[in-house]
Parts: sequence; structure tokens; C-alpha cells
Amino acid sequence: MKQTQPCADTLQQARLARYSPGSTKASARYLWPLAALILLLAVNLLLDASFFQLSFQDGRLYGSLIDILNRSAPVALLAIGMSLVIATGGIDLSVGAVMAIAGSICANLLLQADLPLALVIAAGLATGIAAGLINGTLVSYLKIQPIVATLLLMVAGRGVAQLINQGQIVTFLRPDFAWLGSGSWLGLPLPVWLVIAMFGLSQLLLRRTALGLFIEAVGCNATASRYLGINDKAIKLFVYAFAGFCAALAGMISAADIQGSDANNAGLWLELDAILAVVIGGAALSGGRFSLLLSVIGVLIIQSLSTTIIVSGLPAKFNLLIKALVVLLVLLLQSDKFRRQLSSVLPKWRKGGQA
Amino acid sequence: MTTPSLVLELKQVCKHFPGVKALQNVDLRLFAGEVHALLGENGAGKSTLIKVMTGALAKSSGDIYFNGQQCHFASPAAAQRAGISTVYQEVNLLPNLSVAQNLFLGHEPRRFGLIQHKKMQQQAQQLLLRFKLNIDVTAPLAQYSVAVQQLIAIARGVAMSAKVLVLDEPTASLDSSEVQMLFDVMRQLREQGVAIVFITHFLEQVYQISDRITVLRNGSKVGEYLTADLPRSQLIEAMLGKELQQLTQQQAATAVAKQAEPLLVLQQISVKGSLSDISLTVAKGQAVGLAGLLGSGRTEVCRAVYGVDVLSGGEIQFGGKTLTLQQPADAIKAGIALCPEERKTEGIIGPLSIRENIMLALQARRGWWRYLPVKQQQQLAAFYIDKLQIATPDADKPIEQLSGGNQQKVILARWLAINPQLLILDEPTRGIDIGAHAEIVLLIKSLCQQGMSLLVTSSELEELVAFAGKVVVLRDRQKVTELSGDNMTAQHIMQAIAEG
Repeated sequence: MKQTQPCADTLQQARLARYSPGSTKASARYLWPLAALILLLAVNLLLDASFFQLSFQDGRLYGSLIDILNRSAPVALLAIGMSLVIATGGIDLSVGAVMAIAGSICANLLLQADLPLALVIAAGLATGIAAGLINGTLVSYLKIQPIVATLLLMVAGRGVAQLINQGQIVTFLRPDFAWLGSGSWLGLPLPVWLVIAMFGLSQLLLRRTALGLFIEAVGCNATASRYLGINDKAIKLFVYAFAGFCAALAGMISAADIQGSDANNAGLWLELDAILAVVIGGAALSGGRFSLLLSVIGVLIIQSLSTTIIVSGLPAKFNLLIKALVVLLVLLLQSDKFRRQLSSVLPKWRKGGQA
Repeated sequence: MTTPSLVLELKQVCKHFPGVKALQNVDLRLFAGEVHALLGENGAGKSTLIKVMTGALAKSSGDIYFNGQQCHFASPAAAQRAGISTVYQEVNLLPNLSVAQNLFLGHEPRRFGLIQHKKMQQQAQQLLLRFKLNIDVTAPLAQYSVAVQQLIAIARGVAMSAKVLVLDEPTASLDSSEVQMLFDVMRQLREQGVAIVFITHFLEQVYQISDRITVLRNGSKVGEYLTADLPRSQLIEAMLGKELQQLTQQQAATAVAKQAEPLLVLQQISVKGSLSDISLTVAKGQAVGLAGLLGSGRTEVCRAVYGVDVLSGGEIQFGGKTLTLQQPADAIKAGIALCPEERKTEGIIGPLSIRENIMLALQARRGWWRYLPVKQQQQLAAFYIDKLQIATPDADKPIEQLSGGNQQKVILARWLAINPQLLILDEPTRGIDIGAHAEIVLLIKSLCQQGMSLLVTSSELEELVAFAGKVVVLRDRQKVTELSGDNMTAQHIMQAIAEG
């Protein structure tokens, strides 16, 4: 028991270093994720000199950077929702499956020719919220552990999507809906705008009201939060519903992108990328402080990495392994303990490298 | 008496944290077969000294000699191997494991590398019998009360055949018979030649058990004394310095009970499994004390009035209306606030800042959509940091880095910010040093004078008598009697607890 004491202290210090507000270290938590992202982009530039080139055709920008942003969009939306769930100490494994359900609902509604676009989108988003409310109820009111509760929907959700699609890949021809996935506005692809809008609105909702603080309070200590009058169950219900909403939006983007709903593959394993992105952003799975910006940076790191591997010309079979190694490196760099040990091994680091 | 032999000696130990000198040139001498009381206010450096001594923190300078040889403990595990065991204030065991597993965690009796469960259970049983604890050692630890868990934690320290045993506030959650049980064991160990470091806030206990006293103040050693040679008044003076002593004397003055209309009326309330048929009345501007042993139902009354536990019978009337409480938020809406006994798990939100911890209750009452502007939050925090003299460099420090007394002040500030009609204080001074203790008692009195009603539990009867207008005595989850006026003395309360 006594051995755990210093270990707990170290963990504590690491958490504080990353998250104490108002201290000089508050900016330091942005340092390592940003440094990793810049480093990755720099490697890309070495591999391919034209990496940063942008061209302007038919009213939109093209280039590798735009590709990275565009491809990140679904996971970025998931990560925004996942950040809140993880901040309360939970986890949501079902978001990939919720993407598939939302996609299949929209695709099938779009087969009805006379339905207005707004209604289809509203139905898709409502599906996501409903799925999130199921998760939230299981977690906060029935006290089922988040990983188990959302595992149910992760498995069942894809089945529901397959049932809705009756085992087929449902395709549709609706340019207005397809525009969500492949359109562009002011030179940027529409998915990128959707992420920016979602990010901005979430930031307003969470930081201009007390909601963000309540979520952090519940994540740090749910009992104490309840004792001071915060409805911790409602907060937990909200974060899962919010994650469901984000997942539905992501699902519609992917469906619009391929102009069809593939219940088997839509959003497959994306929940894991979203969780990884939040963790790369420096959040603790035990709950507490969150930063949407860091989570989005985490997504960009993952996506840039995938692009780098492709650009580097390595055989595709190396992809997953390299991805895991780089993620490990990013996580290690964020660990104070690792950096201290590294700096004692490499004396030069002491002068320049320590933040 | 033979001269005792020096086991562990700390010489001129310093420990600096960024911006703070936590320890400055502190000496500590531990002799075999002695109980050495380490005293001082919160923040005096007791915990830091213990952590430096046991290897949990690295010292900035100074020397440590163990059995005459200079040594250096790189970790608590190294100190433990050398024979220095520490039992921390907060029980540091694993609630899901059995009592026996907790006792022998890390050094289980083994044969061929496999744990011998039978043997372990037998040894555990024998060990606990020394503490007169005859309990089922195969049951999970969580089944037992905090007091029993504390004894088990101490038994674990003893099991590792320590030469030096450090007990950090071991009696904070024990009732008087359990304290005597612990003292018997300490005396037994003392006869076996173990050097015991005893940290406590209870001065009577210091005089009961200790042989030698070292007093720290503001990170420096004030002096080392033989307990027999040091009168209590001089000890308090050493701990507090002169100016604070008057504060503690004021504390002894009795508050005048005002007769006013009732605010809170409990009519035969019951909670399944924890309370039966309790009735009591708190008048406006009155402080009512709840006395009783651990597990007598005093905390449970607080929880029921605050809506944590739902009533199974009876009625709560507040300000003339009947309250139906499903959750604490309902109680807060009605004007009731609670400072819980378990500060760490139910009070503070550790990683959040002092400012956020102060403003959260107010914010929760305003609702999430009307965010209190940061500037107002800062003013609020600055106001209470100043008013309650919370010792912190700035309001943005995470609350978990404060000492217990200061954490308690922050939680009081949290409730003062919403100005409740009834403030329930469950053991408000538990584990808090005399300085902060006196300040909190004074604060409670001034709240009372301002017309706030209080319901206070405390295991320190003198303290209850000092500010309560009425004391309700509980035993076995039932109300035994109510004392007020001249009858309300520590002596009478004690008798009521003992006899009913």
C-alpha cells in the first residue's frame, strides 16, 4: 500500500502539470501535441516537396493539407463528442455503430423522393440523440459501467443498421444530400465547415455557460458534485446524447460522401480513433478537465500520420504498426516522467528541450 | 531508567518546494521504546517531515542517520525494508480485498511461490487478536467501519515488524474505546523497543501516551521536550505562538441560546437500515449539536436532512413547509447546505481550482445557462480567501494542494456564497489543527450570531458545548436525550452517550 503512494503522487503531478489553469504550465499542455503535429507535417514535406502546395480549381482548394482536413472530419466530430464523455470518466464505444444507423436512416428516407432535405437531416440527428440517450440512461440511471453499456449498442447498433438496410447497401441519388459530403463552400470542403461549425457551437455551449465546468466537476468527483447541487445524472445523460448527436452528423457525412449507406463498414472502428485522439490530446480516461481543441489536434495527428504512411510509399502492411508506434511516441512525449528520464540520459536536452 | 538508544536521527533537514520552504533545518530524534509525538499546526511541516523521513519525498539538504549510520531512502519501499513503517491518516488499503489479503499484501506467506491462504488467514487472525479485534479476516475490507479499517491499517504497519512506526493522525476517526485499544497496542510495541512517531491534533492523547514531544511551526523546529516536563499551556504556546492563544481561550466562552421560531423540525424520521424515529427541532439562529459515537446515527441524520438518503418514514418540516427530498439539489433549493464529513470524497473537487470550488454551488443554483462571469468568480474567491484567511498564493491553485483546514474553509466559503438558512456541518474540525480549528469555531459562532441556523456533529464534546445552544445525543441510531443550558456539559453528554 505504501508503494502506491509515490506513484499516485506522480500521476497527480502529471495531471496537474497538464491541467492546472492559470499556471505557466497551462500552455504547456498544448506544446507536445502541437509539436507532434508540426513534426509530422515536416516529415511529409521532406518526403514530398509538393506537400504544402494548394491549388484552386472550380471554386475550391485542392492539396494534401485539404485532404487531411477533409478526411479528418468524421473522426473530428466523434472526438468532440468523445471528449465530453471521457471528461465525465466514461467512454462511448458505440459512436461508430451510431454513424451506421444514422447513415442508414437517412439513406432509406432519401429513397422517398418527396421528403424535404431538412426533415431527413433532422431524422438522422434525432436518431443519434436517441441512441445517445439510451447509452446515457444505461450509464447514469441504471449504473451500468460505460464500457459495457456502450458495447451493447456498438454490437446491436450495427445490427439495427443492417436491418434497416435489409442487408443491402442502400444507394441514393440526391445531390442536395450528397453536397454534405462532397460539396464545398468558400473554397473549403463542406465536412470541414461542419467540423468548424460544430467546434465553434460546442465551445460556445460549453464555455460560455457553466456546462463545461459542470462536466469537469462531475468527472473529477461525481459525489461531491451531487452534494453541491449539480445534477450529475443529467450531466452524464447529456454527454452521451451529445456524443450521439456528433456521431449522427459524422454518419451523415460519410453516407453523403459515398452516396449510400453501407451498414457493415460505415464508421467501422472509428470510435477507437476518436478515443485515441482524445487521449493524444492529453485527457485522462479517469475524467476531469477536457479541451476540444486538443482533441481535434489529436485527430489531425492521426490523419496526418495515415497520409504520411501513404506518401512515404511504404507497403500498406506496415500502416497499422507504424501508426501504433508513432502514437506511443506522442503519448510518451506528453509524460513528464518520460521526459525527465530522457533529459537525464541526454544532457543536451536539459538546456533546450525542457518545457 | 536506562538511557534509551537512538534509532533514527534527522539532522538539519531542509525541504524546499518551488516558492515555499516547507522544512528549514529540522532535527528529529527517535529513541527505541519511546512514543514521540510530532505536533504542529496544519502546514507546520509534519507531513513533509514524515515523507522526507520515509523516502516519499527527496530532501533538499540535511542528513538522516539510521542506527547510527548515515542513510538515504530512495523510496517508501526502501524505508519499509529497513524497518520504517508508516500508517497514513487516510486509510490506504484496498477495500475490495479481504482483511487478510490487505494485511499481508506484498509479503504473503508462500510455499513454492504460491500463496498459503490458510496460513495467511491464521496469521491475520492472530495479529488482529492483539488489537482485540475478532473479525472475519476473509471478508472484504469495505464491510468494516472506518475505525476498524484504521486499526487494520495500523496492524499492517505492525505486521512488517517495524523498528520505527509512524502513525499519522491514527485516532482521527476512532471513538474513545477504540483509541484506548490502539494505545494498548502502542504501549505493547513500546515495550518491545519500537520507536513510534505519533501525529495527532488531540492534546489529551499526547499526554496520555507520548514520552517525548517535538513541536514544529512554519517548517521549523520549535523544540524537543520530554512530555512530563512540559505543561499543556506551554505546549499550546509552542505550537501557536502567543497571539493565537487568546483565540482558543475565546472559544471557551459559551454562546447564548436565543429562543426563536423553529426552522427545521424532524418528526420521527427513519431511514431504512440507518435511523429510527428521530425527532428534533432547530430554531432560527440556533446552533444544535449532534453528539454520539461513530455509527450512532449522527452522520445519517445529516444525510437524511440533506436529501442524500431518502426517508422511509417520518416527516421533515422546514420553514413551516413539508419537504420531500430526493437529492441534495432539493435541499439546497430549500435553503439547506451541508459540509460533509468525508471532505476528500464528498466535499472537495480536487483537481479544480479554489475559485471554481467556491463558485460551483452558487453556479449550480443559478443553473448552467447563466454562467457567472470569470471576473465575478475572481471577486467572490478573493473576498472569501481574505475573509476566511485561506492560506494560498492564488485562487487558481487546485484545491487538493491545500491543507485540510484550508480545504474546509473553501467548502465553508462555497456555502456562505449562497447564504443558506440552515448549514449542516458534519465534523467540521476533523483532522484540522488548533489554529484553523479555533478560526472555524469562531466562524461558526459568528454565523450563528448573523442568524444562520446550524446543525453540527462533532466528536469533540468540548467544542460542541462551546457553540451549541442545544445538544442532541444519539446512540444506536436513536435519540437518547437532549441537553441544554446548565445541563449541557461535556461530562453530561459523555454520560448520556454511555448510559442513555
